[in-house]
Amino acid sequence: MTNPAPLLDVSGLTVSYGAVEAVRGIDLKVTKGEIVTLLGANGAGKSSTLNALVGLAPRRARQLSFAGEDIAHLTPELIVRRGMTLVPEGRRIFPTLTVAEHLLLGGAKHAARGPLAETQAEMLALFPILKERLHQKAGSLSGGEQQMLAVARALMSSPDLLLLDEPSLGLAPQVVDRIFALISDLRARGLTILLVEQNVALALDIADRGYVLVNGRIEIAGSARDLMASAAIRDAYLGA
Amino acid sequence: MDIFLQQLLNALSLGGTYALLALGLAVVFSIIGLINFAHGELMTAAGYVMAFALAAALPFPLAIALAVAAPVLLATAMERVAFRPVRGASGTTLLLTSFAVSAILRVLFQNFISARPVPVPMPSALSGVINLGPLHLGIIQSISIATTALMLIGLTLFLNRTVAGRAMRAASEDFAIVRLMGLRANGVVATAFAISGLLAGVAGLLWVAQRGSVDPLMGFLPVLKAFIAAIIGGLGSLTGAVAGGFLLGFIEVTLQAWLPEAWLPYRDAVAIMLVIAVLLFRPQGLLARKTVLKL
Ligand SMILES: Nc1ncnc2c1ncn2[C@@H]1O[C@H](COP(=O)(O)OP(=O)(O)OP(=O)(O)O)[C@@H](O)[C@H]1O
Ligand SMILES: [Mg+2]
Repeated sequence: MTNPAPLLDVSGLTVSYGAVEAVRGIDLKVTKGEIVTLLGANGAGKSSTLNALVGLAPRRARQLSFAGEDIAHLTPELIVRRGMTLVPEGRRIFPTLTVAEHLLLGGAKHAARGPLAETQAEMLALFPILKERLHQKAGSLSGGEQQMLAVARALMSSPDLLLLDEPSLGLAPQVVDRIFALISDLRARGLTILLVEQNVALALDIADRGYVLVNGRIEIAGSARDLMASAAIRDAYLGA
Repeated sequence: MDIFLQQLLNALSLGGTYALLALGLAVVFSIIGLINFAHGELMTAAGYVMAFALAAALPFPLAIALAVAAPVLLATAMERVAFRPVRGASGTTLLLTSFAVSAILRVLFQNFISARPVPVPMPSALSGVINLGPLHLGIIQSISIATTALMLIGLTLFLNRTVAGRAMRAASEDFAIVRLMGLRANGVVATAFAISGLLAGVAGLLWVAQRGSVDPLMGFLPVLKAFIAAIIGGLGSLTGAVAGGFLLGFIEVTLQAWLPEAWLPYRDAVAIMLVIAVLLFRPQGLLARKTVLKL
């Protein structure tokens, strides 16, 4: 069996905020076409990891490569332009900008009008609700709609790898189901996904593999099936 | 009624200049959380370039273009040299840096130009008065009101119709996330400084047109007023800055007109007391909104 080069290949990733070491030398691989989930209790360092991957958190690493290229010294704007982007925790939409403006800014990397319009049409087909709200301010959307918008905004940059930080946070169960259906759908379209979730059962259900982060270290790694069966993962949670 | 209209025009012209200055402060503050006290020196720089360009007998439109371009360049240079290295530092660090930049520029003006006022010989056509029935509208005053209106319309169009403008609005809400759009952080910040330089340049020209001279300290008082205006409006809110500027203009002109003669020297003190009263009731400013400045 050939082992394809991973799309994202990280080793020895450390994130420190001054004296606080949030992530302590973790190794992480994501192969093209996979959904990989990163689990862990509150404060385990999940967001710090994702933020560091796109360059928004201070980071050090032995290796940090995306699509075969070293991205350790690239700014977030350049990393996004290379095809890895993040839907941040808490959605972080711009409340006073309209839905259309979010999509426009999200697609800023498409210099030409053609591809921009094409990607926007694709997003509106994927998220019909956004089409109805196109000229509404994002701050007036419901939580679920804001999460859709945050995903659509990220997808506007036509990424190869999408990092999702707790997309189900604070959403009603039906809305959570919609979001997870969407994630499967995106994978079916060829997108690779690294998913951080508190909802362990749902995350392991759609993921191929998972990592469990405890106090900034990866304690367990394995296939989603094995993780689901493992009692240790529950321990890892409660023991954090 | 006539005197009321007359005062209204005075207030619009003075308030408009404050509004432009306050807007320049707010544009930068809303994005990087810096209150740029060197904003006044940008105004002064516009005044000096105008003075020298006119003294060199350059055509008037060219002189204006140079005088407006100079503070734009100076503001971007300030950002590159002084503020970029401390970006993300605490508010105090940013504030002290801007005091330092301001002090350095003032000393440079004093030593390399003159500590004394340099005349700015504006064309005499500008000093006329238009008589509209009982109203006496100074030409400079009319130009000032029209220019303010044009600048406000132009800025609104820029912020709402262009990608760069929308990126600036987005950055004022969440700077880090704008970088996730693949938009260069440095580009957004540089644009904000360029715009603040442009606003300061235009305000500086309107100011010297009224005064006829420029000196190293010229920018201090109007920018202090603009700062107060921006606070009244709610720091970081652009609409608030404009509203605060006009409000302060109205307060000053009204006090000037109706305060008893003996009280006139205390006009600014009374104006500032009114501002304090506003802030007692609305500590966040009139049109405050939450600024998100997280990374
Ligand atoms: N900007 C920051 N400055 C200082 N410390 C931080 C910062 N961001 C996170 N931390 C700390 O780093 C640690 C890891 O935080 P992180 O947000 O990565 O955890 P998380 O796994 O995403 O948690 P949650 O499930 O609550 O989102 C925590 O102790 C947190 O307090
Ligand atoms: Mg988190």
